[in-house]
Amino acid sequence: MAEALYQRDVYGQTLVELGKSSHNIVVVDSDLSNSTRTALFNKAYPSRFFNFGVAEQNMMATAAGLASSGKIVFASTFAIFATGRAWDQVRNTICYNDLNVKIVATHAGVSVGEDGASHQALEDIALMRVIPNMKIIVPCDGPETKEAIVTAFNTPGPFYIRLGRAKVNSIEGRQKFELGKSYKLYEGNDLAIIACGIMVEAAISAAESLKKENINARVINMHTIKPLDKDAVLDAARQTKGIIVCEEHQISGGLASAVDEIVSENNPAKVLRVAVKNRFGQSGTPKELFKEYNLTSDDIVKAAYTLLK
Amino acid sequence: MTIDPNRIEKLKQKAKEIRRLIIQMLCNAGSGHPGGSLSSTDLISCLYFDILRHDPKNPKMPNRDRFHMSKGHCCPLLYAVLAQSGYFAKENLMSLRKFGCILQGHPDKRAPGVEVASGSLGQGLSVSIGMALASRLDNIDYRVYCLMGDGEIQEGNIWEAAMAASHFKCDNLCAILDYNGFQIDGRIEDIMNLEPLAGKWQAFGWHTIEIDGHDIGKILEAYEEAKTIKGKPSIIIAHTIKGKGVSFMENVVDFHGRAPTKEELCIALKDLE
Repeated sequence: MAEALYQRDVYGQTLVELGKSSHNIVVVDSDLSNSTRTALFNKAYPSRFFNFGVAEQNMMATAAGLASSGKIVFASTFAIFATGRAWDQVRNTICYNDLNVKIVATHAGVSVGEDGASHQALEDIALMRVIPNMKIIVPCDGPETKEAIVTAFNTPGPFYIRLGRAKVNSIEGRQKFELGKSYKLYEGNDLAIIACGIMVEAAISAAESLKKENINARVINMHTIKPLDKDAVLDAARQTKGIIVCEEHQISGGLASAVDEIVSENNPAKVLRVAVKNRFGQSGTPKELFKEYNLTSDDIVKAAYTLLK
Repeated sequence: MTIDPNRIEKLKQKAKEIRRLIIQMLCNAGSGHPGGSLSSTDLISCLYFDILRHDPKNPKMPNRDRFHMSKGHCCPLLYAVLAQSGYFAKENLMSLRKFGCILQGHPDKRAPGVEVASGSLGQGLSVSIGMALASRLDNIDYRVYCLMGDGEIQEGNIWEAAMAASHFKCDNLCAILDYNGFQIDGRIEDIMNLEPLAGKWQAFGWHTIEIDGHDIGKILEAYEEAKTIKGKPSIIIAHTIKGKGVSFMENVVDFHGRAPTKEELCIALKDLE
């Protein structure tokens, strides 16, 4: 049985480790430090942690000011507030100035669960993806979260790293994280399943089911949404009968759109999307919600049959 | 405090030169914001030509004082003082707002001496807090100055920042409010009243200093007073005249965001002789 971890636990622990060797790291939060786990950093290095209260716009613009003075700033809150409430600060002050602010947002997607629609960010990738200079990572599990955080720390410029609230199983066969370079978790040339984040596990399980029916699906962990691994997308378009993109995000604007853009421009192929279809979330357990919003491995299998029909 | 009259006279002349540059730049560009550039000229000239610790030949000097123009639309003023200080050649001033230039329509880091781009109102006070906190973390003693417009402080982000600056006791932060009383759509008091203004900042935990923003002696005194305040940030609420120094622009709302024509430029330069 694979190990199940909270990505945000890993995030908080990684910050503490990085803080040990680098005195240049500053962490900011806006009253959610226990949920985002930046509280761990605060406990270890209180002088380098600033809590801005419930004021995300101020937090983001202040993070920019700190970064302009040479700091590597990790800014955390829930995904909905980081990308929605403070979008102009992220666009005009962090990204336009190409500053070293790493936005690590937790509680993305319907897997937030019981808190309901207002707290379930399903538009955040779209909002961040359109901003120049921004790089976007959606790690699939705990260990990949750690590597993504370290990569963001070592790579100049703004980042958006999207984490969930729920525990996620560590993915077997996961490869070392490399920014902008995806990898295959399953080989196959009948179709390609491109997934990110929590959907990677569902994609693997769908591929296993399809294999029993002699359908060989390629599964790609597309952890970096921007810059996108174009070669992997185009290989999938050329070498298989079509692509299914899976993400816990609105059907528009996220990974699926990024894949569509590359495919339609270079090598038109059929692309189906397993994502939230232009709806808001609601309260429920993550399991109930994944079923309601058609984000399960069964939904991916169904999409595969539609694609191959 | 008595301030050397020669010091004041020198700064008056400097401010006049800056105003002449602003008007010429804007006329040449054919668009831009003269009103608020001219209303804050005395405040910012005093900073760059007297108060700030900076070295135009070494714009990244670690212990330089920082200036951030939060009301970015008044960048003609910023570019003029930067050029006059020697951050870049004065010839650049006539490229304001032109394709391929370093002097973008709102402040951009392409121009040497610009710390952080601005233009979207309401964010600069937060940026300045970040700089002020960095000074504390690095144990490098510098001050941070942030110029805001009066219309600008209608933004909610400003008041989040006002709360944070006093919470974090940023006493190396000095905000400057150019209170000229006008915003694009009309008089502040008609569009969205700010009063009682000093009381608001005091309630947020700030030390407030109210002055005539065109009285050089008072401006210098205000900056010196702010330096002595410990444990809280300071704000200089400067009562100013929009379009100050150019007869036909003073208190005329149209010149918030309209450049002078060539004919108007001649009159303006005569006013500023």
